[in-house]
Amino acid sequence: MAAPAARKRVGPWGEAWRRFRKHRLAVVSAVVLAVLILGVLVGPLFWTLPIDEIDFSARLAGPSWAHPLGNDDLGQDLLARIMYGGRISLAVGFAAMAVAVTVGVAVGAIAGMAGGKLDAVLMWVTDLFLSLPQLPLLLLIIYLFRDSLKEVVGPEVGVFILIVTIIGLFNWMQVARLVRAQFFSLREKEFVEAARALGASRWRLVTRHILPNALGPVIVAATIDIAAAIIAESTLSFLGLGFPPDIPTWGRLLFDAKDNLDFAPHWAIFPGLAIFLTVVSINFLGDGLRDALDPRRVI
Amino acid sequence: MTQYLLRRVLIAIPSLLGISVILFTVLALAPGDPFEELATNPAIPPEVRQNLRASLGLDDPIYLRYFAWLGSMLQGDWGYSFISRIPVDDLILQRLPTTVAVIGASQVLALCIALPVGVMAATRPYSLFDQVANTLAFVGFSLPTFFTGLLLILLFSIHLDWLPFVYSTKIDATGLAWWWAQLKQSIMPIAVLGLFQGAAWTRFVRSAVLDVVRLDHVTTARAKGLPESRVTLRHVVRNAMIPVVTLVALQMPAVFGGAIVTEQIFRVPGIGSLLITSILSNDTPVIMAVTFVFAALVIFFNLVADILYGWLDPRISYR
Amino acid sequence: MSAATMAAAAPPPAAAAGPRLLEIAGLKVHFRTDDGWVRAVDGVDIGVDRGETLCVVGESGCGKTVTAMTILKLIAMPPGKIVAGSILWQGRDLVPLGPDQMRAIRAKEIGFVFQEPMTSLNPVYTVGEQIAEAVRQHEGLSRRAARDRAAEMLRLVNIPNPQRRVDDYPHQFSGGMRQRVMIAMALSCNPKLLIADEPTTALDVTIQAQILDLMQEMKERLGMAVLLITHAMGVVAETAQRVVVMYAGQVVEEAPVEALFGRPMHPYTQGLIRSIPRLDLAATEHRRLEAIPGTVPSLLNPPAGCRFAARCRHAIPACSAAPPPLREVTPGHLAACIRAEEIS
Repeated sequence: MAAPAARKRVGPWGEAWRRFRKHRLAVVSAVVLAVLILGVLVGPLFWTLPIDEIDFSARLAGPSWAHPLGNDDLGQDLLARIMYGGRISLAVGFAAMAVAVTVGVAVGAIAGMAGGKLDAVLMWVTDLFLSLPQLPLLLLIIYLFRDSLKEVVGPEVGVFILIVTIIGLFNWMQVARLVRAQFFSLREKEFVEAARALGASRWRLVTRHILPNALGPVIVAATIDIAAAIIAESTLSFLGLGFPPDIPTWGRLLFDAKDNLDFAPHWAIFPGLAIFLTVVSINFLGDGLRDALDPRRVI
Repeated sequence: MTQYLLRRVLIAIPSLLGISVILFTVLALAPGDPFEELATNPAIPPEVRQNLRASLGLDDPIYLRYFAWLGSMLQGDWGYSFISRIPVDDLILQRLPTTVAVIGASQVLALCIALPVGVMAATRPYSLFDQVANTLAFVGFSLPTFFTGLLLILLFSIHLDWLPFVYSTKIDATGLAWWWAQLKQSIMPIAVLGLFQGAAWTRFVRSAVLDVVRLDHVTTARAKGLPESRVTLRHVVRNAMIPVVTLVALQMPAVFGGAIVTEQIFRVPGIGSLLITSILSNDTPVIMAVTFVFAALVIFFNLVADILYGWLDPRISYR
Repeated sequence: MSAATMAAAAPPPAAAAGPRLLEIAGLKVHFRTDDGWVRAVDGVDIGVDRGETLCVVGESGCGKTVTAMTILKLIAMPPGKIVAGSILWQGRDLVPLGPDQMRAIRAKEIGFVFQEPMTSLNPVYTVGEQIAEAVRQHEGLSRRAARDRAAEMLRLVNIPNPQRRVDDYPHQFSGGMRQRVMIAMALSCNPKLLIADEPTTALDVTIQAQILDLMQEMKERLGMAVLLITHAMGVVAETAQRVVVMYAGQVVEEAPVEALFGRPMHPYTQGLIRSIPRLDLAATEHRRLEAIPGTVPSLLNPPAGCRFAARCRHAIPACSAAPPPLREVTPGHLAACIRAEEIS
């Protein structure tokens, strides 16, 4: 073990890395996640079978050398479809997280900066959003807006924008609370006082002093948001209300597979495993990041 | 305490109003007239169409439409289903008991898992039991309900052929046999929801207990010479329940989301599957009403959590 | 036994023969951390006689609280570990005792009052329930009888309206009142020794005096011995009969209170006494630390010789060579300094 004196020289990021490394499952998850992301991004370059090539001779066929993950009821190659679906799931996850973090930081910062009445109203809205029944509302909104958006920007992009926006708008609350809490706890701290005394502008104070301090908890919350968004999108697709039927997202694959469970269990198991592996590794990664960046909290 | 309760109820009302505003806004913002197809659907009698348009006041200014809509919602006048032409409130009341029963039973199951496992894990931190429990909890709440549902069907219905995978409302049996069939078809939906929630709650319980274990008053309890079991139950778990109640209340929307998925997989005839079928058949009044019922249920359970919280923490009632 | 008969019991004379009430010898308690073993208590000898008040004084982190907690095995093990030494309670070693045997000692034989009255009571039970819990555990009283005893104890520690207050929750009491409740709880089973770990540190100055007076009064009425842990020399001067001074996990000086203030022998004690602010002012950590230059050495890797040498104005090369033994310099006055005679 390194001498304590030597350890003191590493910066805050080095210290975070040291704590992260101790969470073995998080490290393993980071690797698994990296492989998954690389797989869906680079995989299609090597596995060039089209996702929609119909081959009735291979209907519901199990895994084989020609089709390592088997085929669906039209004989389409599942490996290709899962890689394609993974791109969508991950894209939805990251984009929805970006929406959530943006809204959350904005709301939290405004509430934290303003205080008083505006803060009270914003926090009431935050609590209200936390008690909204998300899935029913998601379904309702998609039901109401899907068709018109489809007409404007086309089915894929329209549904993508809709899903990402709504999922994001249902997940910003945690980030807003974290950022606001950071404002309240840091506002009176000495270095912020000092910066204020030195005549730092409000904007500078927020962007240079307060937000960087909220970074750790926000990164952790953002990681969990990605997992939540991936699950939300898969749920919608599984209920048959997500992307159009010809786009094989992971949830959609499960939706199509569920009526053929007895003939072709592989059809459901592989996309299900893909969702599970992605979500569980993101969750473990988030746990490790929490140990590393936000050591005070336990949950 | 009475004052506290009153205050909580009064706080719940604006939340409910807030949700109704959000619901109404969504409906009002939606492009086109969601009742458009009424005009073209010959299956719907003109007087029903008229009533609906009137009850929703579709031609008034927006705020008036909101109040009219809210007023009729409050009076229990929820309109008629486009498809079955049954009053929406009847349709929901038929289905609600099933949903509540499935959710209730799964929450009890979740509690039976989370409490003992969470407490045992937290009182032996970093032991093998803790590590296994913690890892399983992570796995449990990372497994989406729709995937666990399919896995259970694959295993228990298809491979082992022990349990039916479609929930049936008409069981051809009476007495004990009926109960047995009912139990068999309820096991999987309840297990899917219960295991998912149980996994999430296990982590809540564990972290809440870990937080309480290091508090000073626990040392005081030990210094009194109390047995460790009594210290754990009366001075650790009892206090840890306070934050757990809050966290569980925050989970209620997720619980209902899980219930919708579960009902859909196992074709349980609750309001969740009603929501999905009405969305697939563009049955707007039912969709709106079910969404509102889900919102009201969340608020109701938050209120229950508030009451529990006030009962668990004597400091609350005096604030 | 009721509180009335307890109050009647006169303090027993210090036994000339037989074992002392409490005799800690060579105690070493170490804590496992990521960086290695922290030697929080590193060879401590402390004895308490029946009916006396012994003060253990030292800065925060000197091991005095760990020593006190270890007597009742209230430290978390792991990470803590009793590495060596014995804790003789009336001649019987507590170190090898199992949890069940320790429980019979806690509260029944040795009562404990903690530093933070605000957090040491469980917020979800009434103070009556919490006092009654100890009584029921050790004396098997019925719920009713235990509640009556709780009310009686509250009266004993001068809480007004004890019959009503017994059903109040901790948050309905002020800090000083809560500390009275803690004392009532610690005394409810009539222990022979009361350990008080900085019982007044968290309180206002005026309340501090009241609590010290109350402990003094209780001691006279119930006749137990008191082991008072403190960092305030003012408290020591007011309450103690004998004093043990600790520094960096070790005892550096032990003496009757007059001797300690009259002729402090260890340079650290001298520093402590010099740094006492005027007694009518609140002693703040800040001022005391200013008075003695330097900082406490790391207990991960303590220096080989005298642990105070680096901060000592009298230090000579020999001080850092070997740890100075705790030796009797004058009768009853012990110090761990090789130059004790020259510098006192």
